[in-house]
Amino acid sequence: MGKIVLEGVEKTFGAIKVIQNVNLTVDDGSFVVFVGPSGCGKSTLLRLIAGLEDVTAGKILIDGVDVVNTPPAKRGLSMVFQSYALYPHMSVRSNIGFGLKMAGRPKAEIDRKVEAAAATLNLTPYLDRRPRALSGGQRQRVAIGRAIVREPKAFLFDEPLSNLDAALRVQMRIEIARLQDTLGTTAIYVTHDQVEAMTMADKIVVLSAGRIEQVGSPLELYNKPDNLFVAGFIGSPKMNFIPGAAAGDPGAATIGIRPEHIAASRDSGTWSGTVTVAEHVGSDTFLYINAGPLGDLTVRSVGEMGVKPGDRIFMTPEPGRIHRFDPAGHAIVAAH
Amino acid sequence: MATQNTRKLARAMLTPSVVILFVWMIVPLVLTLWYSFQSYNLLNPVNNGWAGFSNYYYFLTDPSFTEAFVNTLVLTISVLAITVIGGIFLALLLDQHIVGQGIVRILVISPFFIMPTVAALVWKNMLMDPNYGIFAWLATRLGFAPIAWLQDYPLFSIILIVAWQWLPFATLIIFTALQSLDEERKEAASMDGAGAINLFFYIVLPHLARAITVVILIETIFLLGVFAEILVTTGGGPGFASTNIAYLVYHQALLDYDVGGASAGGVVAVILANIVAFFLVRIVGKNLDA
Amino acid sequence: MARAVSPRRKWSFTVLAWIVALLLFFPILWTILTSFKTEGDAILFPPAFLPPHWTLENFVEVQDRSNYFKHFFNSVVISIGSTLLGLVITVPAAWSMAFSPTKRTKDILMWMLSTKMMPAVGVLVPIYLIFKSLNLLDSLFGLTIILMLINLPIMVWMLYTYFREIPVDILEASRMDGAVLWKEIVYVLLPMAIPGIASTMLLNIILAWNEAFWTLNLTAANAAPLTAFIASYSSPEGLFWAKLSAASTLAIAPILVIGWFSQKQLVRGMTFGAVK
Repeated sequence: MGKIVLEGVEKTFGAIKVIQNVNLTVDDGSFVVFVGPSGCGKSTLLRLIAGLEDVTAGKILIDGVDVVNTPPAKRGLSMVFQSYALYPHMSVRSNIGFGLKMAGRPKAEIDRKVEAAAATLNLTPYLDRRPRALSGGQRQRVAIGRAIVREPKAFLFDEPLSNLDAALRVQMRIEIARLQDTLGTTAIYVTHDQVEAMTMADKIVVLSAGRIEQVGSPLELYNKPDNLFVAGFIGSPKMNFIPGAAAGDPGAATIGIRPEHIAASRDSGTWSGTVTVAEHVGSDTFLYINAGPLGDLTVRSVGEMGVKPGDRIFMTPEPGRIHRFDPAGHAIVAAH
Repeated sequence: MATQNTRKLARAMLTPSVVILFVWMIVPLVLTLWYSFQSYNLLNPVNNGWAGFSNYYYFLTDPSFTEAFVNTLVLTISVLAITVIGGIFLALLLDQHIVGQGIVRILVISPFFIMPTVAALVWKNMLMDPNYGIFAWLATRLGFAPIAWLQDYPLFSIILIVAWQWLPFATLIIFTALQSLDEERKEAASMDGAGAINLFFYIVLPHLARAITVVILIETIFLLGVFAEILVTTGGGPGFASTNIAYLVYHQALLDYDVGGASAGGVVAVILANIVAFFLVRIVGKNLDA
Repeated sequence: MARAVSPRRKWSFTVLAWIVALLLFFPILWTILTSFKTEGDAILFPPAFLPPHWTLENFVEVQDRSNYFKHFFNSVVISIGSTLLGLVITVPAAWSMAFSPTKRTKDILMWMLSTKMMPAVGVLVPIYLIFKSLNLLDSLFGLTIILMLINLPIMVWMLYTYFREIPVDILEASRMDGAVLWKEIVYVLLPMAIPGIASTMLLNIILAWNEAFWTLNLTAANAAPLTAFIASYSSPEGLFWAKLSAASTLAIAPILVIGWFSQKQLVRGMTFGAVK
């Protein structure tokens, strides 16, 4: 009841192609996250699905029906905006019930559904307030309430948490994920924050310059990035990239190794370098190392490690965790 | 950025305004152009026909045109100067900590709401009358002979009346802009050693630039067409001493019944206004982010 | 307001501001005071500031002589009529330009404003002749149309300025909520834009109420609004200042009171978004 398929979707603004030939299947009930740097086209793609923008070419199928020429009001989707976009002149109750009112539902049904949604979102005491009398988190909940009450085929989230402070963001992240799981409604979620993507998604779509770079589960992207872009974008701190020749692997143009997959030692290792910065955050220590021909490397080591800038240090990459890329940036898949 | 559907709707909803305005502009203009090349006098219906450029010739070579043209410029520029400079001073004054600021604002803006005919009549009679007017009384109190304002200084009198009507507008627009200037910027400049004069010219005045542009734009629109004030006070006289182009055309059309000549005058007025509009819109267009 | 102000500075500015304000207001105050004087007291020299003998007779005579209420009614009809008619045409246009702008939006706005620069005299003759042939001279209907037309550009501009302050997200949210265009406008845009629409209407009523070119040139006895009613006092047979003042007071009072109550919103709207 909410399968969305994109076939050859393109979008141009003037002469600029912002979305290029996107093909994607969002399964019913799944939680799909579009992630990418700002300007990659992820929000535009979401707006195309919503119907707030026209596609230049291609098809958008919702449950098998092409909706390219259907206005947003008739697509049966609901959206949570980054700014929440609450109606400032309406009470919380009217905000949540607006969609049902537009659909011409009877008042009793609207009241019942609004109250149920408010109860789920802990908004019951605030139903008669105006949005401006609510905190940021509460406004966020009203926006979500407005989305769920219509029982849409899918939820569209456009960076919904970026206006919240860090603590609230984590809490809302968990709530949204739990809510989507309970309702079983398809969700498409746009974010530039790869931590949100990794923690919430069933499936992540990594976008760059209007193209899909890779689609996969969070761990697939982490373990088997298809290319340099995905390898660099997923994971924090960023994966280290070393020229293949310098690393003793002339078969690859570049090799990549994540900071957490390098073991640091004071005594011995495959590579060596000088510590330039050491960040001690308690649970981990991040070392920024000048490794001569290998370039600058980042290493994450668990626990405390008493090193300071200027110390000499040795590093050993974890075997099997090394990613190899060809000159075009594509991952070289080991022959089985 | 919207769907084609919305864009189509948007165009459909914009169309009535554009079409109505266009028709309102173009139809009378074409007719005016047509009449301006005709001999057409309502008092002399026999002598009709193609007149070539003679209407223009008579209108432009008549000394009254030159006089009216100069009067229009003097009137517009003087009122602009008085209201903008006076408006800045008044706005700076209102921006101080004054007791009863709300009432002061209401008093200051009031002249803006007065209809031109009332303003002109009140000034003409109760203020400027050489026998019983307030100005005459003031003059005698100070030991001068009363001045017959409207006879001796007709254009200046009209400038005074019009400036009185528009000063409130300039003041309040500039005052609104002044209030949006944050205290911190002024303080930062003071810390940098700027005195009151420098503060005004380097911080305050640039901040007011947009507001002043708006004042000039709106006022020019209305000042080029000043009419009622002249009609009820001097009737353009004595002679043509207080006739502006708007009044001159009115005079030809509705007092002399010379449709052809008045139309030629109308076309000239449109051309002159377009020259002004061209420059003004360019300047304002830069200053207003539409 | 972090700076402390010395009392001396505060009081000297207060006195100065009040003097300037009272000077500017004086002609109006004088008119109102004179309207309560007898004709004899009105032309006393030296002038009497307060009426020596308060009287309401002037108001009665003004009504008897030139039927104030008829002209008042005409003014109300043309100013409110032209404003409402204008809104019907300009709200959609402003919606369109504010929320679905194109590359040409700015040009269209500037063009609209430049039509305001077109001097009325330039088109007086044909409009007069057209009105004559359509039997619209001296009619309220004709005048309402003209006033609507001349204020159209300012109306579009003001509404556009106000609409642009409304986040487009909210309109999009209503679209996602299933609102079709007219519902989007009626349920979401208009309620949010009420303050802006109100001040646009007020300014237009004021401009129409005080318009004194077309109202003087296109009306005679029948449709004459207050501007023309007052102009008829411009060549009085002798000095009737008290009656002139009474007529003037009656003509300006309604709009003056409305203006006082709404001056803050009015000024904000008239800055055309150039001043926050």
